[in-house]
Amino acid sequence: MLRKMILIRAFEEKMKLLFTHGFMAGFSHLYDGQEAVAVGVCSVLTPEDYITSTHRGHGHCIAKGGDVSKMMAEVLGRRTGYCKGKGGSMHIFDASIGILGANGIVAGGLPMATGAGLKAKLTGSGQVTACFFGDGTTNQGTFHESLNMAGLWKLPVVYVCENNGYGISVSQARHQAIKDIAIRAAGYGMAGVIADGNDVLDVYAKAKEAVERARRGEGPTLLECKTYRYGGHHVGDPGTLYRSNEEVAEWRRKDPIDRMVKHVLSSGIMTEAEVDQVRKAVDDEIEAAVECAMNSPMPDPEEALEDLFVDGKAVGREGRSMA
Amino acid sequence: MRTITCRQAVREALREEMARDPKVVMLGEDIGPYGGNFKVTEGLWHEFGDDRVIDTPISENGICGVGLGLAITGMRPVVEVMFSDFTANAMDQLVNQIAKIRYMSGGQVKANMVVRTVIGGGRSSAAQHSQSLHAWFMHVPGFKIAIPSTPYDLKGLLKTAIRMDDPVMFFEHKMAYNLQDEVPDGEWLIEFGKADIKREGSDVTIIATSLLVYRALAAAEKLGAEGISVEVVDPRTLVPLDMETVSASVRKTGRVVIADEGHVTCGVGAEIAARIAYDCFDYLDAPIERVGTLDVPIPFSPPMENYVVPSEEDIIYAVKKVLR
Repeated sequence: MLRKMILIRAFEEKMKLLFTHGFMAGFSHLYDGQEAVAVGVCSVLTPEDYITSTHRGHGHCIAKGGDVSKMMAEVLGRRTGYCKGKGGSMHIFDASIGILGANGIVAGGLPMATGAGLKAKLTGSGQVTACFFGDGTTNQGTFHESLNMAGLWKLPVVYVCENNGYGISVSQARHQAIKDIAIRAAGYGMAGVIADGNDVLDVYAKAKEAVERARRGEGPTLLECKTYRYGGHHVGDPGTLYRSNEEVAEWRRKDPIDRMVKHVLSSGIMTEAEVDQVRKAVDDEIEAAVECAMNSPMPDPEEALEDLFVDGKAVGREGRSMA
Repeated sequence: MRTITCRQAVREALREEMARDPKVVMLGEDIGPYGGNFKVTEGLWHEFGDDRVIDTPISENGICGVGLGLAITGMRPVVEVMFSDFTANAMDQLVNQIAKIRYMSGGQVKANMVVRTVIGGGRSSAAQHSQSLHAWFMHVPGFKIAIPSTPYDLKGLLKTAIRMDDPVMFFEHKMAYNLQDEVPDGEWLIEFGKADIKREGSDVTIIATSLLVYRALAAAEKLGAEGISVEVVDPRTLVPLDMETVSASVRKTGRVVIADEGHVTCGVGAEIAARIAYDCFDYLDAPIERVGTLDVPIPFSPPMENYVVPSEEDIIYAVKKVLR
């Protein structure tokens, strides 16, 4: 778990660099500070289990076992990326390991996760779906629609709310009248649980209970993980207009990676040299991924016309007289 | 041969595909013991049970997205949205998720699902239960779209749609459910992208969809008595659109009326007219006429509704206009 968290942090720090140096198109929503949530939850899941993710999805994909080279290639718009350059940072997808997509629409993935849960129930496949979303999502209609259906049908879904305190720039206190989102679970007849989202062991323990409950057929859980987003909404938003430096500093003192490092050292699970080794190996992995992505070809423009329909035919070019 | 209604045609298609493939499940509001708002699914819940014919809460956006989750994890859902008006509630899942997920993922998954919904005026259902909003979905790449008129077409196209690997928007007309026609014995499938010439003629081409196919045929019959020979082309699917058949007819007649019950502005007729103008410019002997719902919300009171929704007389008038 420590290695995964360090890998996510390193990936996001590299993203920031690549973005600010102009290597990346579009925008990038970074996950640094929230690593314990993705890692704690995904460590409980099997490769057959599903996740749905969000615009801030790099961490979820890495935690679920995503290939950082293919991710890097995708965010850099390369043909060799997960989605052949058609998705980018907000749409990383790996059907082979149950990543049913990051999602550019806030609350867009909740109905899909609920459908994946319904499939597992109807077929008795035993699969569990972990559905990640933020505090802002809980004000969208599909949050209500999805949790209502999941509670009603006792679906094997764990709704993981990463409460990082902000819906883009609006603090939780300014976007909803409650503090603990987990209390909303009562309205859907499901378990509502709060975890310390900066403590990977607490997230792991509570996710484990929720996943086991789901596998036993006892229905969904709304698992609220209280955490914090170090950066702004995306690279380019310094995050200073709507929150104080003191607030950021206070959360940095609760850093999930530092806490886990402290834990493995004090409990004698790892030595400092071993932790350094992990950091070094992760840095090498990220460097290799960047190099691999940078050396990969950009797609031909006309590849834009492929992959819309299953029949494999490229679509026509109406609207292009030159064609 | 036997005679069935459009309602029976849809129900038979659903029943046969459910029986053929256990992966086919239905989701929708009141489709269970109640049998569906238009009684299309009557009996299916009793036959296939609660796990195959799933009554959902009233949550259109949610159930369309649940359908997508089922589809990309290996099932073949058929979602019923009670009125096409209610697709507005589901637009995020339809437009931003269902239509795009295959493309966004670089072709990793199939969103093999059908969304059945109901269009049309004619029952004094007023502005939020009478619209024909199929043109919206033509504007979003990613959907296949069927808008059949006859029992034969409804059944054959729906069976094909359920077996297809792309998301299909399937539009049924509420005023057609009781209409009946002969169908052959045994099974048939209809390929998407094949228009059907419902009546041959040589003076004017009417391109008509859904219920307006019946009105166009009635108009053609009356015009025939006046010595005007009308060809009626039913595209049956809007994506893909069979321009080959449409253009061949236009080249033959040189005069075109497009009859589609959606609102005229930016409607199906606008797109077909543009394509005809491009493909058949030198063959046209008159401006293309469009017959559609007038550009106001659909009013409740029958005299106003009948005025706003296109009628047989509107089609006859348009045909005579292009012949002037």
